[in-house]
Amino acid sequence: MSAIKFLYAAYVATWVIHAGYLGSLVGRFRRLRQQLKELGKK
Amino acid sequence: MKRLFPILTIITAILLAYALYQALVIAPTDALQGDVYRIIYYHVPSAWTAFLLFFINFAASITYLIRRNPKADILALVSAEVGVVFCTVVLVTGPIWARPVWGIWWAPGDIRLTSTLVLWLIYVSYLVLRRFSTSAQTQVLAAALAVFGALDVPLVYFSIWFFRTQHPQPVIGGGGSMDPRMLHVLLISWLAWLCFAFLVCWSRYRLEVLHRQVEEAHALASLAGPEGARAQPSLPLNRSSR
Repeated sequence: MSAIKFLYAAYVATWVIHAGYLGSLVGRFRRLRQQLKELGKK
Repeated sequence: MKRLFPILTIITAILLAYALYQALVIAPTDALQGDVYRIIYYHVPSAWTAFLLFFINFAASITYLIRRNPKADILALVSAEVGVVFCTVVLVTGPIWARPVWGIWWAPGDIRLTSTLVLWLIYVSYLVLRRFSTSAQTQVLAAALAVFGALDVPLVYFSIWFFRTQHPQPVIGGGGSMDPRMLHVLLISWLAWLCFAFLVCWSRYRLEVLHRQVEEAHALASLAGPEGARAQPSLPLNRSSR
């Protein structure tokens, strides 16, 4: 593996970690909004 | 406030793109390491941002222990969680950088590497405690853990000053030297990641407030029966773990 591939691997890994976390936040927001809607309907 | 968030998001996206361009194109190539040294523009700003977030967690935890302010508790939770994300980036990009430069992924027993891993584990434990503890004292216990956990931050930072380690010297102060053009790009990159961290913390804060409102609405609904479900929560609850 050439050195430049390590550079790209590090940059991609950083964005994957942040994207994964942001995705989890979006999922949690959706679930909570859904729960609030259901509570409002009851 | 609703307008400010999208504006800040656009500014942060532009800053991140500009920092990436500076890191990959404008910053000069290192004479010893070649282009792989450019990992520094993600690795070091992530470490500084994680340290800053853990310091905010420490200050918010102390505030919560003294005043029992729910907003301080939310801030402590948010800063710890986002700090763990940035610390994860440090622990992942570090070995990827070490492999071509040192010839190894990890230097076992190295004080800088080990103390950073311990720091990460402490804050993961903090988040696990908050997530799974059912005790009424969870927030107090978590705040106490955060105060002790913060003691590891200066150990991580100063370890390369006081101990012989595989890890290089700090890029600012401490005997390290850096080309001013590289330092300029490093600071731009840190600014971009700081803006990003601020936005993520803001979103996570709003999420936590919403989570507490849902918990309160559930509690009201179960107390008051079918009619109580329509009651809208007014203030965030103290109890929360996510």
